[in-house]
Amino acid sequence: MRKYVPKDNVQKKAYYTDRFHVVPRVPREKVIDTHFEATVFNLGDYVKDSYIEIGQLVVHIDASENFAVLKILKEQCGYTQCSEQSAVDYLAKDGEFELFWQMLNVNEAKRVRVVCRLKEGLAIESVEPLFKSANFAEREMFDMFGIKVNNHPFLKRILMPDDWEGHPLLKTYPLFGDEFASWYEVDKIFGKEYRDIIGPENRDPGKIDIEDTKRFSRVGYEVPFGTEYNADEEVDIAYSETALVNYNKKTSKQLDERR
Amino acid sequence: MAQHQVNYASSAGLPIALTSVDKLVNWGRSNSLWPLTYGLACCAIEMMASGASRYDFDRMGTIFRASPRQADVMILAGTLSKKHSEFARRLYDQMTEPKWVISMGSCANTGGMFNTYATVQGVDRIIPVDIYLPGCAPRPETLQYAMMMLQKKIRRESADMKKNTKQDLTTQTGKRARLI
Repeated sequence: MRKYVPKDNVQKKAYYTDRFHVVPRVPREKVIDTHFEATVFNLGDYVKDSYIEIGQLVVHIDASENFAVLKILKEQCGYTQCSEQSAVDYLAKDGEFELFWQMLNVNEAKRVRVVCRLKEGLAIESVEPLFKSANFAEREMFDMFGIKVNNHPFLKRILMPDDWEGHPLLKTYPLFGDEFASWYEVDKIFGKEYRDIIGPENRDPGKIDIEDTKRFSRVGYEVPFGTEYNADEEVDIAYSETALVNYNKKTSKQLDERR
Repeated sequence: MAQHQVNYASSAGLPIALTSVDKLVNWGRSNSLWPLTYGLACCAIEMMASGASRYDFDRMGTIFRASPRQADVMILAGTLSKKHSEFARRLYDQMTEPKWVISMGSCANTGGMFNTYATVQGVDRIIPVDIYLPGCAPRPETLQYAMMMLQKKIRRESADMKKNTKQDLTTQTGKRARLI
């Protein structure tokens, strides 16, 4: 017999928990490909862990040895392109970033991802002397995560303005922006004293300002364009009567406010 | 030898047109609206199509100018990012009076789908707007219609621009202030 559960207040506690949900994970295979075996052999002791994900070699290294590893990949293994380089924020979980370099060997049509973990506040060595594409990629990483890059020729923000505060791709950064971001254009153009005049950003797409007679027309009660708002003149909305239903007559059950 | 015979004696036959200064000035202003060549995002593609031969803005006297000093209308066509907002405002300030602004497309009107930290949530936060143009992106016909509505608006205005008020950059609390 099923256990009796009182159903007085079922919403008090969530009765449903997803106990059997397993986060899907990309299967990791052993390195069996001859080319990838040679690559891992060339890297030698730099490799902390290596496996194949979807036909792509993933190599975990130490954060301080990234330049040496990428140099070996470029000069001995034929990985002549660094197609992407960025980071992932794991600060809340582990207190560190995961940095990755996506390498491409054009002749062999092979890809390697070099991955390392970098503690918060530490800097990474620039690979710009090896790959020119790393110049912008490292600037973007600095812009979006605040990760400093040693020996970068021109480390400066690339997407956000130079006087921006905060690093938008951090998990702690709100999508709608912090206070600095929401007032950025007002502060920059008019000055801080205009914050009161211009007002906060409207992020409600359905917002209607009842006092604004320039951009919105009133339903049921019309006022000329641009007149001052007067709350005393407010009247109820009257609908035109039809033969079947009188919408103006209030029925017995009517909600005062939206639930 | 005169091409046309003018009957001076009959009424309204005189070679004179009576009008007011407002009408005369606004006739000139509204029929030679020169927008600034200024595209921000994908709406600018539609703006370019409006200017090209198929939709042909030129027949309305609307000719894109490459300098804000020669332009009367600013068409804000596309997403205005916060990084760029300063320069949009500077271009607006560089335009000589009289000047009008068309906010083209959802992104310029309200920020549109870019409800993020990096996009200005409506260009009317920094620039007073005359015509809001809905659509994502608006068709060239819509932009032409907006231009015609702007012409109508100009014809209704006073020739003295000091008498014409710009849009208020309003607060949500109902407090108002006028910015030029």
